[in-house]
Amino acid sequence: MNAFFAIIHREVLLVLRRKSEALTVLFFFLIVTSLFPLGIGADVALLRKIAPGVIWVAALLSTILGLQRLFASDYADGTLEQMALSPTPFVLLVGGKITAHWLLCGLPLVFLAPFIGIQFDLDLETLRTLILALLLGTPILSLIGAIGAALTLGVRGGGVLLSLLVLPLYIPVLIFGAGAVFATSAGLDVGGHFSLLAALLVLAIAFAPWATTAALRIAIE
Amino acid sequence: MNIMHSSSSGRYLNWFSFSSPATFYPLAARLTPFFWGLSILFGIVGLWISFFVAPADAVQGDGYRIIFIHVPASWMSMVIYMAMAMWAALGLIFNTRLSAMMAQALAPTGALMAFLSLWTGAFWGKPMWGAWWVWDARLTSELILLFLFLGFMALQASIDDPRRADKAGAILALVGVVNVPIIYFSVTWWNTLHQGASVSMSKAPAMAHTMLWGMLLMTMCFWMYTIALALMRVRAIILERESHSDWVKTLKELRA
Repeated sequence: MNAFFAIIHREVLLVLRRKSEALTVLFFFLIVTSLFPLGIGADVALLRKIAPGVIWVAALLSTILGLQRLFASDYADGTLEQMALSPTPFVLLVGGKITAHWLLCGLPLVFLAPFIGIQFDLDLETLRTLILALLLGTPILSLIGAIGAALTLGVRGGGVLLSLLVLPLYIPVLIFGAGAVFATSAGLDVGGHFSLLAALLVLAIAFAPWATTAALRIAIE
Repeated sequence: MNIMHSSSSGRYLNWFSFSSPATFYPLAARLTPFFWGLSILFGIVGLWISFFVAPADAVQGDGYRIIFIHVPASWMSMVIYMAMAMWAALGLIFNTRLSAMMAQALAPTGALMAFLSLWTGAFWGKPMWGAWWVWDARLTSELILLFLFLGFMALQASIDDPRRADKAGAILALVGVVNVPIIYFSVTWWNTLHQGASVSMSKAPAMAHTMLWGMLLMTMCFWMYTIALALMRVRAIILERESHSDWVKTLKELRA
């Protein structure tokens, strides 16, 4: 387990030394969500209605942006091979990298989302649901995305291919995540949405690190 | 390896021997016309029942007859995805080259079926619902299935090393297979505009017997068509990948 936290520490340290990469993702999230009111118009009722979907889609896209550098540099300089050869279980190290990716790319979105929600005139209760849904949903995005990132490692046109592979798999998260926020603003019960999101999270934690590890082993073979 | 040797010396037919491309290639050639014949036979009878025997629907008139293509295509798209994932899994577990080739051969037909299902669904939806497309759970998940097929094909096409392409595609197929049950259960989960499943195992189907027969025969037709086409495609893939090997160079049809 020490190795797990050591990897997280290393990844966070690396990003703190080169802040621009992580910050770019956050700016992307902010810009995309700000573009929608500019394109659609400042009708408050309409904005309130589309806010859950817009925020969630922007979260999916910014997660994808961050994914491309999840394994790329370690793959390029051979660190990944050393990790695979080390006596520590590879899946633990990969899990650490995925966790770090969520801490650096997913968690900031959770903190940013309420501010964007205010721009879209969401009320307090809806904002609370938005934060909770993102808190449950963004780890799933990192976990599933890691599989795609591992599969497209060192492949021609990897970035575009990654979004082609991963975005369809994100759809259930989008449906339930945005559905929860929308249900709150419509005054409906959100328990079911949260249960399904939690179920997806459990499923992703159980399987995604193994699939990612298998994909990485194929890539460095 | 031990199992292979011990069973090949036994008196039973050794199925593992067909996992070699060299032995499967002539077998596929012999099976292909058989499946084409069955497909055409089922197709003729199925279409005859669909158009001339099955009565017009009380509510939907003759427009409903598109389900004889639509429903088999949707079923096939899901069955093909499952088959593809199964071959992919076998390829990963036993490390057999042919399994991955089968998965690769099935993907384009699966994408075609998913597309056909969406296309005919739109044609059915326009007169019945008044819209080419509605954002219903089943339509949406069929669309996701099409995306999954396209993603699988795109991933395999963009990796140059065929062995890596096989394995990466296999993992993607296994990850995507989680989606297929979601498609199936979406009918019960999200209760929307799409009519509920009218063919079920547990209770008597709520449609005329002739309609059911037409649909089943068309499904058999699509099934045989898929097998025939997959066998033809896998032969092409075998030739392409094994072109360096001696047995391909000595093939009669290539020397001629």
